[in-house]
Formats: sequence, C-alpha cells, structure tokens
Amino acid sequence: MRVYMDHGATTAVDPEVKKVMMRFFSDEFGNASQMYEYGRNAAMAVQEARERVAKLIGAEQDREIVFNSGGTEGDNTALKGILLGKKNKKKHMITSVIEHPAILRTAEFLETQGIRVTYLPVDNFGLISLEDLKKEISSETALVSIMHANNEIGTIEPIKEIGEIAHDAGALFHTDAVQTVGKIPVDVKKLNIDLLSLSSHKFYGPKGVGALYKRQGIRFEPLMHGGGHEKGYRSGTENVSGIVGLGKAAEIAQKVLLKEKEKLTKMRDRIIDNMLKVEDTILNGHRTKRLPHNANISFKYVEGEALILRLDAIGIYGSTGSACSTKKLEASHVLLAIGLRHEVAHGSLRLTLGRWNTDKEVDYVIKEVPRVINELREMSAFRKETEEYVMSLKDEHDDDHFET
Amino acid sequence: MLYSKKVMEHFTKPKNVGVIEDPDGKGIVGNPKCGDTMEITIKVKDDKIDDIKFRTFGCASAIATSSVTTVMAMGKSLDDAMKMTRNDVAQELDGLPPHKMHCSNLAVDALHKAIENYRENKKE
Repeated sequence: MRVYMDHGATTAVDPEVKKVMMRFFSDEFGNASQMYEYGRNAAMAVQEARERVAKLIGAEQDREIVFNSGGTEGDNTALKGILLGKKNKKKHMITSVIEHPAILRTAEFLETQGIRVTYLPVDNFGLISLEDLKKEISSETALVSIMHANNEIGTIEPIKEIGEIAHDAGALFHTDAVQTVGKIPVDVKKLNIDLLSLSSHKFYGPKGVGALYKRQGIRFEPLMHGGGHEKGYRSGTENVSGIVGLGKAAEIAQKVLLKEKEKLTKMRDRIIDNMLKVEDTILNGHRTKRLPHNANISFKYVEGEALILRLDAIGIYGSTGSACSTKKLEASHVLLAIGLRHEVAHGSLRLTLGRWNTDKEVDYVIKEVPRVINELREMSAFRKETEEYVMSLKDEHDDDHFET
Repeated sequence: MLYSKKVMEHFTKPKNVGVIEDPDGKGIVGNPKCGDTMEITIKVKDDKIDDIKFRTFGCASAIATSSVTTVMAMGKSLDDAMKMTRNDVAQELDGLPPHKMHCSNLAVDALHKAIENYRENKKE
C-alpha cells in the first residue's frame, strides 16, 4: 500500500486541473499581452481564472487578485512592498514567531533596512494572544502579518480579530493563507484581510503559481519591475497554463470544500485519537482550532527522521519537525515555540490528509505507525528508564556531547 | 538528501540490536539535543570482542553507523577495535552526508567507551 499523507507539503494536481491546463502549452500558447487571437484567448483564460480565485476567497473584484509564483513570493511582496514602499512612513511591523520562513526571513531582511519588527510569541497550542497584539501595535505600525493557519501544527489563528485590531490602529493586515485557502472557508471581507498570500499547489493546482490578494485601494511597491503586467504589481509574462490550473483548482475547491472538510476532519480525528493511545505521545497544536487535514503528534524516545524513513519503507509518506531531518540540524522553530523540549520535538510526525485519502488508508496508518514506533523505541538508547540519567548528563555538558 | 544503499540496508535491517545482560563493558555517548544517543554493550573473551549489541536513539544514519560499527567490531581484538575511527565507519557505509558526519556517527566513540569501561572493570 502507498499512502501519501503529506498534503501540507504539496498535493497532486487534480486530473481535471491538468486537463484544462494542457491546452495552454502548445495550442493556446499566446502571450496574454498581445491583441491578436492567440493573445486574446490567453488573456481571456487568465481573466476567467482571476474571477474564480476572487470568488473562492470572497474578493469583491477580480482585479484585487495579483497572480505570482506562489506563497513565498506573496509573502515577500506583501512585506517588502508595504514596508519599503516609497510613500510608507511607518517603520514598524508585527508578525509571530511561528510564521513560515517566507515571512520570518523577509522580516529579518526588513530589520536590516531600518524596519522594527515585533515577533509575537504563541501559547502551548500555537495561538497568539490578542492582548499581546494590542500592547505592541501603535500608530507607527504599518503592517500586521499573521498566518491564517500554521503549516506544521495546523493551529488556526483568530485572524478576524487580528484584522480588526490592526485596522483600529490604522495598520494593514496581511495573512499567509497558504495552508487554508481551498481547505477551509476563507472570506477576505469577513476576516478583515487587506492582503493575503495563497499558493496553487497546496490545493491540487500546479506548482510555481499563486496569488496575492490586495484589497482595492491598497498600493504597494512591486517586487518585480518590468512590463507592467498584473496592473503593474507583478511584471513578467503571465504563466498562463499555471494560472489556468490555479483557477480550475479554485473552482473545484469552491464546490467540494465543505464536504471535503467534513470528511478530512473525521479522518484526522481518528488518526489523532488512535495515535494518542500510544504511550508517551502528545498532540502538537490545538485540538479543535485546527486545520481539518492536519495531525501532528510527538512520540517520545523516537527520532523523527528515522520514523519518516521507516514509514517510507512501508509506503507511508509523512513529515517531521526533527532537527535530524534538516541540513542545518535545527529543530522546528514552531515546535520549540509551543514549548516542546528538543528531545520531544525530535519525535514529531506530521500527517496531512488530502482529497484522495481513504478510510482504508487511515486504517493502515493507525495499525502501522504504532508498530514502527514500538520497533524504534525497542532499539532506542534514550528511553523512559534512562531519561533521567540522560537528561542529567545533558545538564552537565550544556550544549555539547555528554559521555559516560 | 540521499543516503547510500548501505546506510539504508543497515537502517532498515540493523544488526546486533539490543543490550547484553551483565556485560563486560558498556559505553553511552550522545547529544540528546542534537538527537543522537548511542549505547554499546560488549562481552570480551581472550581480549577479543566476543559479543556486541547496540541501542540507538537517532536518525537513520545514527542507526546505520551503530549497526555497522557492531558488525565491524565483532571478533576484533580490543586493540584493533580501539583503532577504529568514525571515518572507517563512514567508509564502510559508502559515505555519509557531510552534515551527518559528526552527530550521527558516534557509535565508534561508544564502542571505545565500552572497551575503556571493560579495562577499568578488570583493574578493580
């Protein structure tokens, strides 16, 4: 059996999406800026996609959608475009410590450009505090950027209230909604959103395409200067096939979203409930304020990279926040921010469900994961009996190796 | 990041997993923050490693290096086993990713600790 449960990383392109894209490679290959038929057909297709994306997120006008290359570009554009804009006089922004690196690294860059950045902490569930936000925000704050839902632990932030607080202080509100658009209802007006980043490949569209929503009237400095595409907000010849794919994915999501959300929530809860039956496990993130497709569990005394590769060997594909799985050997900043100790962060497993997962696959996961956990624990030198000892050694040799 | 075939073999089917009851020597090394903790227990006969087992908390390469270390050390004289290096272990596995060379390649250190532990026990 092969069970793909890493939809938080990426999704397969829906066959319907692929079908409509195919026409725009060799047949309708025109440049959407040209006036003749090939160009017009491309432009019309882009326009149709724009309307579909606008509709999915409740944008008032389709021209509020700026197509781009995906979530990272959306986040970069929103932050740099607002804070470094020619007319911007406010030199402060607020974000959170659990944002995606596309926000965090951009914010760090802005700090080198004279921008003051406040990073709000989160509680053990990964929620920011509205009180903290109220304390930090001022008339100097140009932008608040808080993710709609966290990509690792699935916690859904109170963005409606965040947007309200931002607006009361005269600041704009951007949200990285890469994990939520197409998965849960997103309405930019109801949620007080001024700018929103979304990415096509997270909801069954192609990779390399996404969009930045910008509420009408908001202006920002583009990242890409050039021929003035996307009303000057994102130059570069339109990725027509990609945009058409994104549009189709948005249209499908609009239709199936509520039903899919219900189905995935049930599967997710079954996975979480069964994983928590395994001894010495904890749920990462919030039990209910949570993405419908996200289960994130830490298994103590197990290291995540080994777990992922053992599961890989039996056809289960998930991900981990373990340091050992990264080139830099750094544990997930999100897991550390919600208070997990390094040893516990090591044993995290993220399973993210998607459109084609079945109950049978969930059965398989529920049966096999505990077995693999048990196997790894059997061979682990770090275990309940030795924990106190191992940890005492760690304290003696603070940040390097301990030895007996 | 890709592991060599040999790493994956030792990771998926590790040899000499477990702990020797009443061992002649025991060594634990590790860095729980970084994620790897290795324990090696040995039985010694005629100054040679007669039996060896390991337990490891860590990533795929930590498990693979532990496994291959026990295979390499089995039957070796204690002096020869003391001469084994991390590089020998990595070479035996057809190499490790550069960032895994240090933290997940400590099994040979655990082996040396176990031998030292045996030699100290003998003195007493």
